[in-house]
Parts: sequence; structure tokens; C-alpha cells
Amino acid sequence: MAMNRRDALKNMVLMMGGTMVGANVILTGCAPEDRIEGLDFSDSEIAYMDEIGEAIIPTTDTPGAKATGIGVFMATMVRETYNKEQQETWIRGLNEIRDGFKKEMGNDFMSGTVEQRTEYLNSLNRKGRDIENEDGPQYINMMKDLTLLGYFTSEIGATQQLRYVETPGRYDGCTDYTVGDKVWAI
Amino acid sequence: MANQEYDAIVVGSGISGGWAAKELTEKGLKVLLLERGQNVEHVKDYHTATIGPWETNYRGRRSVEMIENHPVLRRDYVLNELNVDWWAHESDSPYVEEKPFDWYRGYQVGGRSLLWGRQSYRLGDIDFEANAKEGIAVDWPIRYKDLAPWYSHVEKFAGISGSRDGLAQLPDGEFQPPMDMNCVEKDVAARVKDHFKGSRHVTIGRVANITQPLEGRTNCQYRNKCWLGCPFGAYFSTQSSTLPAAMKTGNLTLRPWSIVHKLIYDKDSQRATGVEVLDAETNQTVEYKAKIIFLCASAFNSTAILMRTATDIWPEGLGSSSGELGHNVMDHHFRLGANGKVEGFDDKYYYGRRPTGIYIPRFRNINGDKRDYVRGFGYQGAASRQGWSREIAEINFGAPLKDAISEPGPWSMGITAFGEILPYHENTIKLSPDVKDKWGMSVLVMNAEIKENEMKMRQDMMNDAAEMLEAAGLKNVSKFDSGYTMGQGIHEMGTARMGRDPKSSVLNGNNQVWDAKNVFVTDGAAMTSAAAQNPSLTYMAMTARAVDFAVRELKNRNL
Repeated sequence: MAMNRRDALKNMVLMMGGTMVGANVILTGCAPEDRIEGLDFSDSEIAYMDEIGEAIIPTTDTPGAKATGIGVFMATMVRETYNKEQQETWIRGLNEIRDGFKKEMGNDFMSGTVEQRTEYLNSLNRKGRDIENEDGPQYINMMKDLTLLGYFTSEIGATQQLRYVETPGRYDGCTDYTVGDKVWAI
Repeated sequence: MANQEYDAIVVGSGISGGWAAKELTEKGLKVLLLERGQNVEHVKDYHTATIGPWETNYRGRRSVEMIENHPVLRRDYVLNELNVDWWAHESDSPYVEEKPFDWYRGYQVGGRSLLWGRQSYRLGDIDFEANAKEGIAVDWPIRYKDLAPWYSHVEKFAGISGSRDGLAQLPDGEFQPPMDMNCVEKDVAARVKDHFKGSRHVTIGRVANITQPLEGRTNCQYRNKCWLGCPFGAYFSTQSSTLPAAMKTGNLTLRPWSIVHKLIYDKDSQRATGVEVLDAETNQTVEYKAKIIFLCASAFNSTAILMRTATDIWPEGLGSSSGELGHNVMDHHFRLGANGKVEGFDDKYYYGRRPTGIYIPRFRNINGDKRDYVRGFGYQGAASRQGWSREIAEINFGAPLKDAISEPGPWSMGITAFGEILPYHENTIKLSPDVKDKWGMSVLVMNAEIKENEMKMRQDMMNDAAEMLEAAGLKNVSKFDSGYTMGQGIHEMGTARMGRDPKSSVLNGNNQVWDAKNVFVTDGAAMTSAAAQNPSLTYMAMTARAVDFAVRELKNRNL
């Protein structure tokens, strides 16, 4: 899976003639397998994915992932950038979260609170992080990955939660930093 | 029908061809500039240069369709939804890999001058003398003093920012003020200098991004999106620099969609009389005549044109009488080095996106240092604070995660080595007998690899990186070697080398083809050795020098 290659590449500042090439880019060197033919997501599935994203990056004093249309973004990325195996993992994740949440919390995911959903996804995340546990829910890493990517590269995420300056105009290599100052969006 | 006779024809509109066109037209010649691909107009055609990340489909990632459609481009960073049409598509223009070779080409007006890394370094006498001193390949027919005034000439016009460091292995030039190192890089530079007692240097990358305005160009705005085309014209490209200068003379005709199949060779006069062009849109063949021809089609394509020329006299093409046409393929080998974490500097950050990093010039096999391999390598690198994409696995989803990764992470620094590859006669390109491109032209077959000298060098390239970062006080320093495939450096060189003897070189010391003196090759094909420095500045200087010679010869009726 692509994550391994990204980890390998993280060990390397990829410099082409001095230009740091997008640290967020996953380079896929191998040919993808087929994708699921005709894969699409319904409005209700997109609404469900919106809430998964919101549970990972919620509204605080700035808007959360749902406000950036994270469900539509996830649908595009799963449909167009995932191979078949990854798509199947994603779909299995959607189903397992729906079933597992109800079992654990006693109510439907969609009728739960953001806090409940975050709590449940965190329990999955702890299992997913456990490398010893090969049956750990890998889809939770995918959901985190697409949520962060979609949110922080969205207009809301980049300009309201981070600092986005399209044309800096100058370079200062040594500015003062005070805790609380946001990271540059790009 | 349009005028089909010119004083000069330039094949290729990239870094070298743009320079040839500028210099020739400014000297009063009527010039036809031929480009095999589409036109790209400065600023107007930089469609993705100012969009936000939210306006892209995949936010820097790749769709399965892109990956499937680009079996070569997908091997490296070059495959990106924002500029995929500025890289030659392998479906139209395939090639054959007898040994693995990554070939990334820019088939449009401007060529790879739109896409290049812009690092700009002079070669020095250490580089020009190396072959002769070590008895490797053939001697360069020129020395640093021959090229030095031309380096100055091109640096002033192109606009190279950098610091003057007084190092023989990396001669200083006519630089605009350097960009700044950030606070961590400055600290590392001071510690490396101290630890290695002044024998190793960390300097700011010398880069073809201007820090002061030039005619028609605004100084760098620190957006670091150069590869999308710069709306400010702040980096050197054909579009920002040489093409407008050539156009201004009124002497230039630019013809996109013009694939040069071969030169028309007249064996009585031993000169090329013109070029045979395949119109890429109509598939019609057109001929153009000129007194002199500059081949600047990128190293391998310039050589391929020679290979298709005068085959009735020399079956392997014009220049093959040397036995060296298509031989001595070179690149720079890299993708290894080290990185580490920086402690402290938590109260420091930076503003702006600097389009260069730091550079560590060669220190091996010079000044008394002697290794079990010849030549050397330099490093590029940078220090930065990590952004939102860093892994903080232990933090819980929700507000804690959102807040934590919205602040910059710790500093880290990495350096990557770029090493010299020797010119090996057996590293070759040749025309395929059976595989054709979209236009029915024979494609190139690649057969090149690195050998023992490079493999030994790679040990130092990795270990020295870690040693320097540790000496600079970085923690958790880890080495990496991500492997190297020939061509990956996108610095193809050799295959029509310069030399002193027509029996062992394709070009003489003025970049003239020995067997056709009105044909000049001034791109990477001409390189007799590779040095470790990024090569484009040398192509610019070589081109300007060869044009000066050619026009003088023309006026003296020697051509």
C-alpha cells in the first residue's frame, strides 16, 4: 500500500534543484490494480462521510471538516485515487463503523452527538495504530488521512484554521514565533 | 508559402535553444526557432500558477487514471495534475529501456526551462581538467578561462542570485543578492565550518530566481510554485527571458509543432543546408534552409537528429565517424543523504516560501583529500518546521488533533547528495530498429548504468551527510538511500561530446560538429564530463560562446 512508500519517502527531503517537492504527495510507483467499476456514493453516504470527517476535525472557534464538504472530497478521492483493494477497505470501514457504533453506543451513528462519534472513532484509532494487531481497522488511517488532507487544503482550513499567503512578496528566514501562531498553509 | 530560408535555424526552444535564438537574433541574424510541441505563452498560459490548493482535484495526489496513463512520469515527482501537459507523454513519445532509464522531457515552447530546478553553478578547472588528469574518456577541449566570460554574460542576463564564497571548486559569478538561509541553516553552516575547520561549506543555493528586478521581470515573490510558470517572470525561462529578447529584435520566427526529423546534408560542401521538419499537427514534411544550424533539442534528441542525418554516407549518422555518437550517457546520481531533528529554535519560524535550499559544494578528492573513487558530489538541502501533515499518532481525534497540527512542529533538516557520473563509452543511446513514436519516427533505446566508481561514491554521499548533520548537533540523524535509476536526475548529458580529435569526439571546442562545421550542438549532448554541479548554466554559457564564434566565422566567410 502507498503508505509504506510515503513512509520511505519521508526519510528523504526530495530536492530537485533545490525545490522541496510537496511533502504531502504520496508517490505511487507501482501500477494500480483495477478500481471498482461504477463506484459512487449516494447523498446519504456523503452525509455520513461528512460526519466522520467532522468527528475527526470538529467545529471549534473555526469551522470543522463538514463545512469544507469533506464527504464530497472523500468520495472523489476514494473513487478516483484509490485502487480496488483500497476502495474495498474504505467501504468495509463505512459499514463496520455504522454497525460497531450502534453496538457500542446503542444508537445510530447519524443520530449520535459529535462527541460520541469522536469517542468511537478514537477507540478505532487506538486499535488501528497497534501495528501488532494485523486485524486493526486500517480504514481509520485512511479516514484520518483524507480528512486532514481535505480539510487543511480547503479554503476554510487553509485560510481560517491555518495561515495562507498566496504571494508572500519577501522571504524572512528568521522570524519570531509565539506559541499559538498557526502553521503556514503552504 | 512562408519564407523558408533563414540565416540560422535553432532546433529546440528550451534553455539552450532560447539562448541560441536570443544571441543569434541580437547579432542581426534572421532566425527560425523550431519547437516540436505546443506553444506556451508567458503568463497567459500559466493556467494553474495562482490557484489555491482547494481548486485542484486531488490536492497534490494522483488519480488512478493519471498513474495508468503515465507509466514513466509516475515514477517520480514529475507526475502532477497541475502541469502534466508540460511533460512529454510516453503514449505519444515512447522509448525503449534495455536498462532502466527514467526520461522526463518537456515538449513545448520553453521546454524544461519552465520546469527546471533553477540551481545554477559554474563548473571550475577541477572539472574541466579531470578527464585529462585521470586519463578518463577524452580531455575537454576547453578550460574554465574559455567559459568564464560567457558564464558572466549569461548570469547577468538570466539573473542568478547567490553568495560569493571564494571557492575554487565552485567559482563565483555575477550574482544578484543571495536569498537568506533560515536560522537553523545558519546555525548548521557555522557548526559545519567550525567542525571541519573550513574545509566544508554550507551556502545558500545559487538559483535562477531574481532578487532584484530585471527588464520586464519582477523580483521573486517567494511563492515557490515556479514549475507552474511564474506570473512575475521571476525565474529564468525561455518565456520570461530569452524569447522576449529575441522577439524584440524583429529577427525571430518561432514555429511550434515542428519536429525536426533530420538535417539536410550536402556531401560536396560537407555542410548541412537545412532541416527536414515534420509538422506535428498535419504530419506534412517541410524543409527549411539556413547557413548555420544550432541543435538544442535536449541531449538525446539532438543526438537522435544527428543519427538520422547523412546516413547514406555514415550509416550511424552525422558525427558517427568518431565512434562516439550516442555514447557516454551521463546524468547525476542522487536520492541519498541524511536527515535529522533539530533541538531548540522553537521560538523561531520563517516567512515566505523560498524557491531554493542550501548547497554544500564538493569537498571530496580536492585540496589533498583522496578517496577510493574519483570525482565528487555536492548536497542540496533545507531546514524547516514540520506542517500539518506530520504524524502525531498519539493525539486524539477532535479538537486536540485539530489544534496540535495547526501549529508548526519541530525543526528538521535533510540533505541530499548529487554525484558525478563518469563518461562510460558503453553507456549508450541508439535508434530502435522497430519501435516508432506517434509520428512514425524511430524512438531511442537506452542502455546505461552507474558502475563501481559511482557505487563507491554513494557510500560517502550517505555517510558524509550523516556525519555533517551530527557535527551540526542534529539529533536522531538517519541515513537514507532511496536508490537511483539512470535519468532520474533529469540531467541527461553526453552522446555527442566535445573533444580535441575528430576520431574520438563529435564536436570540437567550439561545439561544431567535426563533420559539418555549420552545425553546432550546445545542449547537454556536448558535455565531455558531467561534474557534480547542476548543468544548465553551463549550457547557457556554452551556447552564447558558440554563437559568438559562429557569427564571427560566418562574417569571415568561413562557414
